[in-house]
Amino acid sequence: MTRAFLSGNEAFAQGVRLSRVQVVSAYPITPQTTVVEALAGMAANGELNARFLHVESEHSALSAAIGASMTGARTFTATSSQGLLYMAECLVYASGGRYPIVMMNACRSTALPWNIYGDQRDSLLLADSGWIQIYAKDAQEALDLALIAYRVAEDPEVSTPCMVCLDGFTITHTYEAVDVPSQQQADAFLPPYRTSNRFDFEDPRNLAFSAGPETNYMFKKKEHEGMLRVFGALEKAEKDFNEIFSRSYSGALETFATEDAEVVVVTLGAVYGLVVEAVKSLRKQGIRAGAIRLRLIRPFPAGQLKEALSQVKHVAVLEKDISFGYEGAVLSWVRAAVQKGGLDLNVCGFVAGLGGKDIPEAYIEYAAKTALSGFNGTRFQGFDEEDL
Amino acid sequence: MSSPKLYEDKLPPIPFAPVFKAGYLTLSNQGWSEVIPVLESDKCNGCMLCALCCPDGAVRASGDKVSFERDFCKGCGLCVKACRKGAISLKAKE
Amino acid sequence: MLKQILWHGRGGEGAFTAAKVLAAAWALKEGRYALAFPSFGPERRGAPVRAFTRISDSAVGDRSEITRADIVIWLDPTLPGADKPELELTEGGIALVNRKEWSDLKNAADPERVINFDASGLALKILGRPIANTVLSGAVAALSGGFDEEDLKAGIKAVMKPSLVSKNESAAIEAFRFINGLKRRIA
Repeated sequence: MTRAFLSGNEAFAQGVRLSRVQVVSAYPITPQTTVVEALAGMAANGELNARFLHVESEHSALSAAIGASMTGARTFTATSSQGLLYMAECLVYASGGRYPIVMMNACRSTALPWNIYGDQRDSLLLADSGWIQIYAKDAQEALDLALIAYRVAEDPEVSTPCMVCLDGFTITHTYEAVDVPSQQQADAFLPPYRTSNRFDFEDPRNLAFSAGPETNYMFKKKEHEGMLRVFGALEKAEKDFNEIFSRSYSGALETFATEDAEVVVVTLGAVYGLVVEAVKSLRKQGIRAGAIRLRLIRPFPAGQLKEALSQVKHVAVLEKDISFGYEGAVLSWVRAAVQKGGLDLNVCGFVAGLGGKDIPEAYIEYAAKTALSGFNGTRFQGFDEEDL
Repeated sequence: MSSPKLYEDKLPPIPFAPVFKAGYLTLSNQGWSEVIPVLESDKCNGCMLCALCCPDGAVRASGDKVSFERDFCKGCGLCVKACRKGAISLKAKE
Repeated sequence: MLKQILWHGRGGEGAFTAAKVLAAAWALKEGRYALAFPSFGPERRGAPVRAFTRISDSAVGDRSEITRADIVIWLDPTLPGADKPELELTEGGIALVNRKEWSDLKNAADPERVINFDASGLALKILGRPIANTVLSGAVAALSGGFDEEDLKAGIKAVMKPSLVSKNESAAIEAFRFINGLKRRIA
């Protein structure tokens, strides 16, 4: 294991290398580009023994990745924003076909107006695509999630493609010290990809066929069940990860100071780090605040969230997206989980950080205090006098 | 040469993904065809033009003549048009 | 412990490299943490850019842009704001401006809070080019306290191309020793 000074993208590329990926098929787009550049460099100098496919668009990138996965190869792609939307029709092919491709999405705003900065509108828009969605908070977790994502996606009980989301710029282009594990450690954690869901000259199979009204729903039920088994697969994988790499992760959620909290801020991605700082400040002001980070968005950890919030009275959801005409997507899911869990508390939303807008610690404290007051609606950063 | 067959008379167990051992038809085309092809052996000279024209691979060589795989035939009648000897006709299903 | 360092430069002068060298010099040791990132966005040579370094003894959660820093560095004295460098400082902070001592500005700058340092001159002497970024990394390491020369060498090696390492190490260390000699430290 070596300690290196890397950006989130460079760290993720190290994770992909350690995962012994066999095919990389990707098209560049800011702020994903440096991952693909790093991998191309590694493939060129032999550090990465993978076939690197240069394609002409994101749609082709994922189509080629699906083809590669159908031959039984461990496959990687990466994209962001408009690129993710361009390959959107292929996302459902991959998830319905149950090909365990891992994709890194650099979370970036969607056009129009044109914007290259980080927010979470791209990935959250495609939450229903059938892909596992897991969010990192820093470069170390990004590296580790490359390995964990393959392990979970390729689990025969799961067999579902996985989107690892890294906040654009605040993770992808921010440099930190990272522990890069050894290939031996990685091999001990991640076995080669073996599946029956692939072309085979010895034992020919039909793949990716049609299913009409009599049978389609049966495949969809199995797809849903595969996704639900991610919770167990992730827990097992992270237990093994800790044993091999001496780093522990907390499964579907990460929590801070929630045991005795009266108000909790729920969020996802890198901003969690600042939420934890805000919680510490609020505690010094006598407010029993806590923080929850949703690592998994799909499958959505409704049960785990209910457990974590069972003694809490007020919840603020801080997210970098909005479902136009309604409210933040994550807010809706959190509200539903709270209601389903029979909890009696108020949930309010804070749409912040759109188009890369800086979220200062003061805004997070404001969100927590607003939730404490019993607010049940949504506020839009920059327009906080109005209720949405 | 082997030819895909229907999986018994019922649906096979649904796999976890759209993947299945090759060699099976999911449906018989005869399920919705209203006619079946019939050969007048004496007229057939084994030229195989009918096999060449069939879009579904329903016509096979059989000795020095041809035979029809009914599960594959959708009753389009291209073989009837292609045959220069008038050896094929389509008969209504009973 | 958390120290925040704000770098002002022009695109192409290496402000972000300086920010990274300092962060790597700190964080490559076990138990120390740092973040380095630039002001994000399309850039071109000559345009004003900022870069940010945070160093700490625990994981750094704040990834937002630094508005008030313990050390503010102006790589280019012609940038707007370089004439009032103390405005973005915290209590006890120090501003470091890359310029020769200009006598007509001696009264304008607060000598307690601003150091004028001819980093370009030192770079020219050692590197043969007036690229002051690694010189300033060395100077800031001294102003901050907590760094030693080995840390600086590790930082430069981690961030820069191998062919540039040796000369930049010399430049950074000479600046480090010079500022240490002034016995100036942030509070």
